[in-house]
Amino acid sequence: MSVSVQQADFDIGAEIDALLAGRTDVGAVATFTGLVRDINDGSGVHAMTLEHYPGMTEAALEDIVTQAKSRWDILAVRVIHRVGTLQPADRIVLVIVAGSHRGEAFAACEFIMDYLKTRAPFWKREDTPAGSRWVDARDSDDSAAARWH
Amino acid sequence: MKIKVLYFAALREALGSSGETLELPADVTTLGGVRALIAGRGGDWDRLAQMKNLRAAVNQRMAEPDAAIADGDEVAFFPPVTGG
Repeated sequence: MSVSVQQADFDIGAEIDALLAGRTDVGAVATFTGLVRDINDGSGVHAMTLEHYPGMTEAALEDIVTQAKSRWDILAVRVIHRVGTLQPADRIVLVIVAGSHRGEAFAACEFIMDYLKTRAPFWKREDTPAGSRWVDARDSDDSAAARWH
Repeated sequence: MKIKVLYFAALREALGSSGETLELPADVTTLGGVRALIAGRGGDWDRLAQMKNLRAAVNQRMAEPDAAIADGDEVAFFPPVTGG
């Protein structure tokens, strides 16, 4: 339940409430939300389609959450990643980390996103005025993930 | 031995295939061997040899070319991931 891959949108407030339900030990909640932009690499983007590898994607996300929990003293994690066709300004991904203190919650949230970007099997295809194109992986994402090695 | 092979994203489109069941010759026992076997068909399949940043998984875990392959395994080939 800590990880979901779904077509449907998510409600950030409702997800935080669900994660914290019944707990009184949480002092800090860090969240990251990724959105579809209407421009990338100099071209307008009017839609984006996300493909994934059913089974492996969920397992990879679970593994990343497990690694985060072993590195930092955090209390609860929720990751939601959408798939299918999305429009500019749509939400793509949500990471929520709850902990006792902000430092570990911030760090674990950033780690989860950096690892997700380079290790979870999702692929983006953009629709632009010039046609449809697969998004290339960025070296900057590899170096962001490498910081945590 | 028989394995399942899957292709994703730009590679799936280029090959015109999302996957297949493959009977392996006795001398193909590693992930790298499977890649070479498929690339050896020529034509569009040569992309498996040409894509220098090709990624692969065995039984839904990222794997390196020297990974051993066993009967019934699920092997996947795909470009670098771009989620998030």
